Amino acid sequence: MTEAARFSPLDRPNSYVGRSVSRPNAAGLVRGRGRFVDDLTLPRMLHVAFVRSPHAHARITAIDTAEAAKMPGVVRVATIDDIRDYCSPWVGVLDHLKGIKSAPQPPLADGKVFSQGQPVVAIVAASRAQAEDAAELVDVSYEPLEPVTDPVAALEPDATVIHPELGDNLCFQRGIDAGEVDRAFAEAAHVVETTMRFNRHTGVTLEPRSILCDFDPSERALTLYMSVQCPHMSKNLFAKHLGLDENRVRVVCGDVGGSFGIKIHTYPDEMTAAALSVMLERPVKFVADRLESFVTDIHARDHDVSARMALDAEGRVSAIEMDDLTGIGSYSVYPRTSGIEANQVLNLTGGPYAHKNYRARARVVFQNKNDMCQYRGVGHPIAVAVGEHLMDKAARMTGLDAAEIRRRNFIPEDAYPYTAPSGAIYERQSHHACLEKLLEACDYKGLRRDQSAQRESGVYRGIGLASLVEITNPSPAFYGVGGARIASQDGCTLRLDPTGGVTLATGVTEQGQGTETIVAQVAATVIGIDVNDIRVITGDTDAVPYGGGTWASRGAGIGGEAAFQAGKALRWNILGVAATILQERAEALDIRDGCIVNAKDGMERMPLSELGRIVYFRGDTLPKDLAPELVVTRHYTQNQYPFCFTNAAHACHLEVDPATGLIRLLNYWVVEDCGTVINPKLVAEQTRGGVVQGLGAALFEECLYSGEGQLMNGSLAEYLLPMAGEMPDIFVDHVTTPTATSELGAKGVGEAGTAGAPAAVMNALNDALQPFGVEMTDMPFTPEKVLRALGRIGGGGED
Amino acid sequence: MILAGGQSVIPALNMRLNEPAVLVDINKVPGLGVIEEKGGVLRIGALCRHEQVRKSVDVSAHAPLLTKALAHVAHPAIRNRGTFGGSLCNADAAAELPACVLALGATLNVESAEGSRAIAAEDFFFGFFETALEEGEVLASIDLPVLGATGRHFFDEAARRRGDYALAGLAAAARVEGGRMIAPRFAFISCGDRPLLAGALGELVATRYPDAPAEDEIAEALARDLEPPEDAVTSSAARMRIATVLAARAIREFQQNGGRA
Ligand SMILES: Cc1cc2nc3c(=O)[nH]c(=O)nc-3n(C[C@H](O)[C@H](O)[C@H](O)COP(=O)(O)OP(=O)(O)OC[C@H]3O[C@@H](n4cnc5c(N)ncnc54)[C@H](O)[C@@H]3O)c2cc1C
Repeated sequence: MTEAARFSPLDRPNSYVGRSVSRPNAAGLVRGRGRFVDDLTLPRMLHVAFVRSPHAHARITAIDTAEAAKMPGVVRVATIDDIRDYCSPWVGVLDHLKGIKSAPQPPLADGKVFSQGQPVVAIVAASRAQAEDAAELVDVSYEPLEPVTDPVAALEPDATVIHPELGDNLCFQRGIDAGEVDRAFAEAAHVVETTMRFNRHTGVTLEPRSILCDFDPSERALTLYMSVQCPHMSKNLFAKHLGLDENRVRVVCGDVGGSFGIKIHTYPDEMTAAALSVMLERPVKFVADRLESFVTDIHARDHDVSARMALDAEGRVSAIEMDDLTGIGSYSVYPRTSGIEANQVLNLTGGPYAHKNYRARARVVFQNKNDMCQYRGVGHPIAVAVGEHLMDKAARMTGLDAAEIRRRNFIPEDAYPYTAPSGAIYERQSHHACLEKLLEACDYKGLRRDQSAQRESGVYRGIGLASLVEITNPSPAFYGVGGARIASQDGCTLRLDPTGGVTLATGVTEQGQGTETIVAQVAATVIGIDVNDIRVITGDTDAVPYGGGTWASRGAGIGGEAAFQAGKALRWNILGVAATILQERAEALDIRDGCIVNAKDGMERMPLSELGRIVYFRGDTLPKDLAPELVVTRHYTQNQYPFCFTNAAHACHLEVDPATGLIRLLNYWVVEDCGTVINPKLVAEQTRGGVVQGLGAALFEECLYSGEGQLMNGSLAEYLLPMAGEMPDIFVDHVTTPTATSELGAKGVGEAGTAGAPAAVMNALNDALQPFGVEMTDMPFTPEKVLRALGRIGGGGED
Repeated sequence: MILAGGQSVIPALNMRLNEPAVLVDINKVPGLGVIEEKGGVLRIGALCRHEQVRKSVDVSAHAPLLTKALAHVAHPAIRNRGTFGGSLCNADAAAELPACVLALGATLNVESAEGSRAIAAEDFFFGFFETALEEGEVLASIDLPVLGATGRHFFDEAARRRGDYALAGLAAAARVEGGRMIAPRFAFISCGDRPLLAGALGELVATRYPDAPAEDEIAEALARDLEPPEDAVTSSAARMRIATVLAARAIREFQQNGGRA
């Protein structure tokens, strides 16, 4: 029996793995006791506000700050010339993305601006309101330059080059050519083709980006209170670019009001705030407001894809070919780069299917817009939508049912571990099982019957399926090999306290997703104590083991395994001490519910509080050579595969009103396989939250830019987020295929919802539109576009 | 500047779109929050909160159009603060209540240091966020004719999310007496720079009653009545299309007895 098997069954008093334990931090959050950056006030604290570029592309000819500097409360008005010596520029490239290039990015605009919203002048004042008042008086003169906004035009030979020193506007390109694609298409019985447009959108966090920088000149030490996903990564980056000793930079991350990949990047305004703290030797706070968040928080997606699929006469896929063009703004974002998303689109398209021939190209292009980078689901929503749309088109062409064509094409169950033509390696997936469970859960046949019956009375409903793979538990192959100091390993420290409780410190972070609950559940289960007796510390680089934090759905899989291993170690240490005290063999003892008991009959021998009392206060009663060690640390790196892939099957049921173009979501189902389910409720909520963000992408959210590079809908009144009223019930169930890469067997689940939902909605919509013989592939699917596709307005057909 | 529910004023201040030197809070002014029916007239105080109006039994009995429309106004938190008068004075072409008072033929009672005056809803909405209110005038109450046995009310709108300003919406009222449709008033939301009363459509519908005009006739009339705006997402044509569909639905309802909303 493996350790995991021994600890997982829900038959021990402290078997929490598999139980929906409530989040211990939830009570504080609902009572308004959260600890967010903006709740903090430090003595002598100042606030910074920014004058941002109104132009997408311009040369700065003059900056007049004289009037602003005279305003009440203003302490300092800074331009790049003032902070140049305090903060060096950065370049967002990675070695393993061959040929990727970007320009040095300064904290404040240096001579030119490259996107609307780029910070130009920083104003430090006693209050944010005073800083904003003064900001209105700064006079920046610009000489507008031609904005380059369209990725296709950006690649034309005569295009204006945004960063002339780079030579052209191509940031990165990559190609895959596996198998015999041309031959497969030449011999195909069926070929389906499509072009698709994926809207630029963004992750809207309830708590905006926030940082409070506190520089202590006596030690040249900088403490950064940040709303952030990766405290250790930030520590490194701020130290590096502010020229500080990394050991003297401390990042403290309290509660985080959502991150979704937004809070994982280097932002010029945050770097400037830190530089100003160093310069002024005072605490400086910056909290982005909603309006500046829309123009500066990283955006996501923005892909134009053309793709085709070849099939044999039985509807088996023989080849996929795709071309992806994506606009990423004016810089490749540091340190993760803006090449990763397109890279993942290539790696993942057609993921669940056993095709052998694959050709794909991605081109990543600079443009004078806000920067694009990794947001929840990175590349997955595009890859899944492309593959799944082609699959549905193929079903229609071959006359096969949408479920049946997927069954025929899934990677065979006996083929694992399986290497996809993109090079992705799957340890083991459960596509068949997930799809069958999904079809049962949604009563697929019933839905189809309802669909035909409703059509008779002019009601148009559609059912959309989407199967997918998701990257989780990344190895160092994700970033580390590319030279970025982004840890894929993570650690967990456990300390048995004299009371018998345990203090747990971990490098993974809490963003509202429940990480703290997960690690506590795992540790409590393995040690054998009440989960409420564990106190969890996250987010403070002075207090927690070095780790990667939150990204790529790794918290439970990596952080959970570190907690598992640490729990085992602490348990053995405790039992060793107990054995000495009780004159017993350690193997004959067990820990249950905070008590040392006989392993065999469960008879209580000694509570942990007693063991704690003896060890901490009466060491004199213990043998001299015992050296009890009740603090342990264990680290874990997933090293067996580049990633642990999970899989899922989604179904969307919706209704289109052809008269108004409105789409109503009726129901949504997900069956997913994240391996060991540590906390069913948290897995379900991660899935639901992810699905909602995917539904937003498909139906509501879009950062709309004018041809001049102006964001036209940068407020919550015009940028539509999915809201509860429009959301359907989202059913979630599981198939469990634990990964053998860890004892815990948990994979990630943070992004699969977002990955699948756009595809499922698109497929459901096109299913609903079948009677009209039209197809839509341009997200988001607005009433305007539906009416156009149906020919109710405009010239008909899709625009 | 007057501060009522603050649900439009405060966001504008937050975004630095407006920097008034003085804000006059009228929330404590007595008598502005009353709803009462007297002699066939329903009076709604300008300070009545959206939620108060939506839940009022008097309102659902005498002006069910408002009860229906208010369900589409924003969300509970906003409806608990936003006021009937504030919504009219804000005069957003995309807001529900301005169109409703237009359809109902309401009278707006205005007070100032100089005295009082009554303004017909038709004369109140001038243009883009513009009203007939003069400097120093405060809207005190709104008078509406009660529905009555022969009255017909209709409200519907198309919005991408519940509680959003509509892509297009329609508030309509009419009376059906002795086999004739009298004074049908179709007031459209988000179809111009202010709520618009569709005169040509009203006439067409009244003339045809008890028959209903065909959809393309409705569209033709509305082409004369409305001038829907265009934004980055939704074209004028799409709004026009939706307005036409809503009008056809209203007419159908008016013909059936169920038209008594
Ligand atoms: C998120 C959100 C969503 C919303 N969605 C909708 C919606 O879907 N539909 C909709 O119709 N509305 C919507 N609103 C607006 C809401 O209904 C407002 O409450 C309303 O428009 C203004 O009412 P108020 O009492 O808040 O007025 P205030 O914001 O206090 O004032 C608005 C304007 O009217 C003036 N004013 C107010 N009262 C008087 C008076 N008695 N006499 C003279 N002038 C006066 C003020 O000076 C100001 O110019 C929304 C608001 C928000 C914040």
